[in-house]
Amino acid sequence: MTLAATGVTVRRAGEKDSVSGVVPRWVALPETVEEISAVLRACEEQDLAVVPAGGGTKLHWGHPPERCDVLLDMCCMNEIIEHAAGDLVVRTQAGVTMDALAATLAGKGQELALDPPFAEHTTVGGTLATATAGPRAFRYGTARDLLIGITVVLADGTVAKSGGKVVKNVAGYDLGKLFTGSRGTLGVIAEATFRLHPLPPERRWIVTRTKVADLAGEPLRRLAASQAEPSAVEIDCPDGRNATIAVLVEGSAAGQRAPALRDVLGDGTITAEPPDWWGLILMDDVLLEVRFPPARTVETLAAVGETRFSFRGSPVTGQAYLELWDDVSEEELTAVVDRLRARIEALGGRVTVPASPYEGVDRWGHVSTLPLMRRVKERFDPGRRMSPGRFVGGI
Amino acid sequence: METLIAALRSLLPHDSVITDPVRLRTYECDGLTYHRATPGVVVLPATAEQVARVVRLCNDFGVPFVARGSGTGLSGGALPREDGVLIVTSKMRAILEVDLDNRRAVVEPGVTNLAITEAVRDRGHYYAPDPSSQQICSIGGNVAENSGGAHCLKYGFTVNHVEACEIVTPDGDLVTLDRMDPGYDLLGAFVGSEGTLGIATKITVRLCRAPESVTTVLAAFGSIEQGGEAVSAIIGAGIVPAAIEMMDALAIEAAEAAVACAYPEGAGAVLIVELDGPAAEVERQFAQLREICSGAFELRVAADPAERAAIWKGRKSAFAAVGRISPAYIVQDGVVPRTSLPGVLAAIDRLSAEHRIKVANVFHAGDGNLHPLVLFDDAEPGAGERAEVVSGAILDLCIEHGGSITGEHGVGVDKSRYMPRMFSEDDLDTMQLVRCAFDPRGLANPGKVFPTPRLCGEVPGVRKGVHPLVESGKAEQF
Repeated sequence: MTLAATGVTVRRAGEKDSVSGVVPRWVALPETVEEISAVLRACEEQDLAVVPAGGGTKLHWGHPPERCDVLLDMCCMNEIIEHAAGDLVVRTQAGVTMDALAATLAGKGQELALDPPFAEHTTVGGTLATATAGPRAFRYGTARDLLIGITVVLADGTVAKSGGKVVKNVAGYDLGKLFTGSRGTLGVIAEATFRLHPLPPERRWIVTRTKVADLAGEPLRRLAASQAEPSAVEIDCPDGRNATIAVLVEGSAAGQRAPALRDVLGDGTITAEPPDWWGLILMDDVLLEVRFPPARTVETLAAVGETRFSFRGSPVTGQAYLELWDDVSEEELTAVVDRLRARIEALGGRVTVPASPYEGVDRWGHVSTLPLMRRVKERFDPGRRMSPGRFVGGI
Repeated sequence: METLIAALRSLLPHDSVITDPVRLRTYECDGLTYHRATPGVVVLPATAEQVARVVRLCNDFGVPFVARGSGTGLSGGALPREDGVLIVTSKMRAILEVDLDNRRAVVEPGVTNLAITEAVRDRGHYYAPDPSSQQICSIGGNVAENSGGAHCLKYGFTVNHVEACEIVTPDGDLVTLDRMDPGYDLLGAFVGSEGTLGIATKITVRLCRAPESVTTVLAAFGSIEQGGEAVSAIIGAGIVPAAIEMMDALAIEAAEAAVACAYPEGAGAVLIVELDGPAAEVERQFAQLREICSGAFELRVAADPAERAAIWKGRKSAFAAVGRISPAYIVQDGVVPRTSLPGVLAAIDRLSAEHRIKVANVFHAGDGNLHPLVLFDDAEPGAGERAEVVSGAILDLCIEHGGSITGEHGVGVDKSRYMPRMFSEDDLDTMQLVRCAFDPRGLANPGKVFPTPRLCGEVPGVRKGVHPLVESGKAEQF
C-alpha cells in the first residue's frame, strides 16, 4: 500500500520540515492510532524511514537521521481522551501540548507533576520520547515515574499497549519505561496515561544569590534532607562564580514552611512567583546535559565554570543543562566536551550533548550497556526505519 | 543434570551446591504454596561473579534457571524447575555502602527490605517501599516483582526507588543498568520483570528522609459504602495520604481472632489513614480529614509510635489472620480504578453469595488495590474449585473495570493464564520482543509471566527450518 492509499492526510515536505538538516519527502498527519498504524504499515511495505515529531521543540536534538522519508507529525493527535479526576488519572493522545493538558487538568484542581522545558509547544509524546523533566523531578520523579500506561505503534504498524489506567499495576513488562527516552527509535508513542496530583494550594520560592565558592559544605545537603520537604531546588549559574539558588516549597502550609528553608539557606527572599529562569532552556543550538551525584554539586559547578557554558539545574537531583550564549567552533566544542566529561565522570557523573550542530562531538560518552540496547533496537525495529541513527551509539 | 552438577561443584564451594533430595524440597515453592516443583539443583552463590558463572554454565548446558530471594512471593515467581537450577541469593546479604549525602545505599540482593531501613533509621532516613513481608523479603525479590506496600500511594513502588542495578544477563554477562546513563531505560524495563530478564546482583536504592510528622487515624464506619465515600472525599479534597487502608467486617473479625487488635466493635468497615510530611501540612490535612470522617462512629488517633503500631497490627496481620476463621484461603491481588471500588465490592458480594464462598476484603483503598481473601474449607468436596471460580471471577471484574490482574504480587506462574484477558496478542508479542532481546534462548525463569512459551526468531535474518518445539506444537514461533 502506498502512503496515499492509506487515506491519511499526507503532504509533500519542504525545507522547513527538515530534521537536523535532513529533508523528508512527505509529512503524514495521522489523527488516530489506527491512522498511525496504517502509515507505518505502508512505510514498512515501501521501506520508508520515519521520524515522529511532536511540537518540534527538540527535533534538532540528537544525531541527524541516517535517512528520513516521512515526518510523522503528531499535531492532530491532540485529544485528551479521559480525565478521571476521582482516580487522579488522565489518558491522552500524544500530540497534546503539555500546557494544554495542564489547562484541562487545572480545571479540576489537578496537575501532571512534570514541568519540562518548552511547555507551551512541547507535546506529551515529545516529553516522553526525550524524557525531559523539570525542577520538580526531585519530589515527583520524571516522566517515567508518572507514566502508568502507554499505547505505542511499532515500525510494522503493530499497535501495542502496556500498563493501564490504574496506578498500581505490575502485570507484564513496562513498555512505557522502555519508550520513555527512546527518541523515536523504537516506535511511535501514540497515547499515554499518567497518574496525577492535586494542584498544590500554595507555592513559595525562596531565592538567594551567592558565590559558588560559598556553596561548599552543608546548606545544599541540608536542603535535600530538610523535613520542610522542598519540591525543587535549582541553581542558575551563568559564569561559574555567581549563582542564584531558588527553592520551591508547595502544598498546604507552604507559606509556613518557607522560613525553615530560608534558614537553611542563610537568607533569601520568599516570593509567590518563580525566578524568570526557573525550569527554562533558553538557548539550545548547543546544549549539554550533566548528571552528577548531588554531593558533588560544587565540584561540578567548578568544572563547568572553567568552560564558557552556563549552568542551570538541580543540586538535589544532580541534573543540569549547560547553555552556550555565543558561537563555538567544532574543534573547541569537541575539546570542551571531552575535558568536561573526564572531569564529571571522575566525580561519578555523566555528560551528554543533547544538541550540537557538529557531528564530530561525542554526544553520549561510553555507554557500557550499548550492546544490550542494540539488541532491543534490533527486535523492535529490525529494518532500522524508526528515527535511524538518531540516538546513543547511532541506534 | 549430573554433568551440570559436577560442573557447578567445580565452580562453587561444596556447601553452596545442594542436591540432597530432602534439602531440595525446602525450596519447592515460594509463598504461593499450591504450586510446587523440586528443583534439579540449588546453588547458593556468594558473589555476583559466581552468579554469572552459574548462569553461563546454564547456557552451556541449555538448562533453565530461576532466581530466588527469601521465597516470600505470592505468585509463584520463584517456583523452581525440575529440569533447572535454582539460584538462591541468601548468601549475598551485605549492605555494601550507605551514602546519606547522596541519599542512597548499595546492597546485595539477599538483604532484606527492612534491613535497609534499619541501617539508616537512627540517622533519620528510611527505604520507602514497604511490602507486608518486609521483615524477611529480599531486596532482589522486590526488584524482580516491583514490590509496593501500604505506603506506595504517596511514595511509589520499587522501580521509583532504585537508581541502579548490577545484573547478570540471561547470557551470563555482568552489566550495570544505571538511571544516570544515556540510552534506553533498561533499568525501568528490568525492575518488575519477575526474573525473566536476568538476576540482580547489586542494587543501588534511594533513601528517603523521615517525615517530620506522622499522624495515623483509625476510623470505624457502619458500612463499607460509608468508608468508601470517605476515601473519595479524601482524594477529592486534594489530600495524598501516605496510606489509606480499608478492611471489611469479616477481615476485622479475623484480625480480632488472631491478634486481638481491638478495633471498634460492630464496625462494617475500618479505614486506616496515615498522613505524613511537614508538621504544618499534616496538621492542616488532619483537620480536613477529621471533618471528612465525621460520619465515622469512632475515630482513633495514634498519640505515639506504640499506638500507631496498635492500629496497624490488625491490618498487617490480616492475611495470616483469616487462617483463624477459615481452614483454607486464597489471597487475591487485583486493582480497579478507585472510583469503581463500590461497584466492584458489591459484585464481589454477589459472587460470594452465588458460589457460597465467603470473601474477606482487605484493600489499599487509596489506589484501588484489592486483596480479597477467598475463604473455603478444603475438606469440603468442591469447595476449593468454587473458591477458584470466585477468585478468577474477581480478576475478571478488575479487567472489566479497566484495572489490573495484579497490583503488587506479580503474575508469576499463578496468573499467566489471565494475561491474554488483560492484554491483546499484539501487546504480549511486543513485550516478548523485550524478552527476546535480553534472553533469546528463553533460559531465565521460563514459564512465568507469559502464557505460552514462545521462541525468539533469529534477528535479523531469515528463519531456517522449523524448530522441533514448534513442530510438536509445544511452542509458537515468534
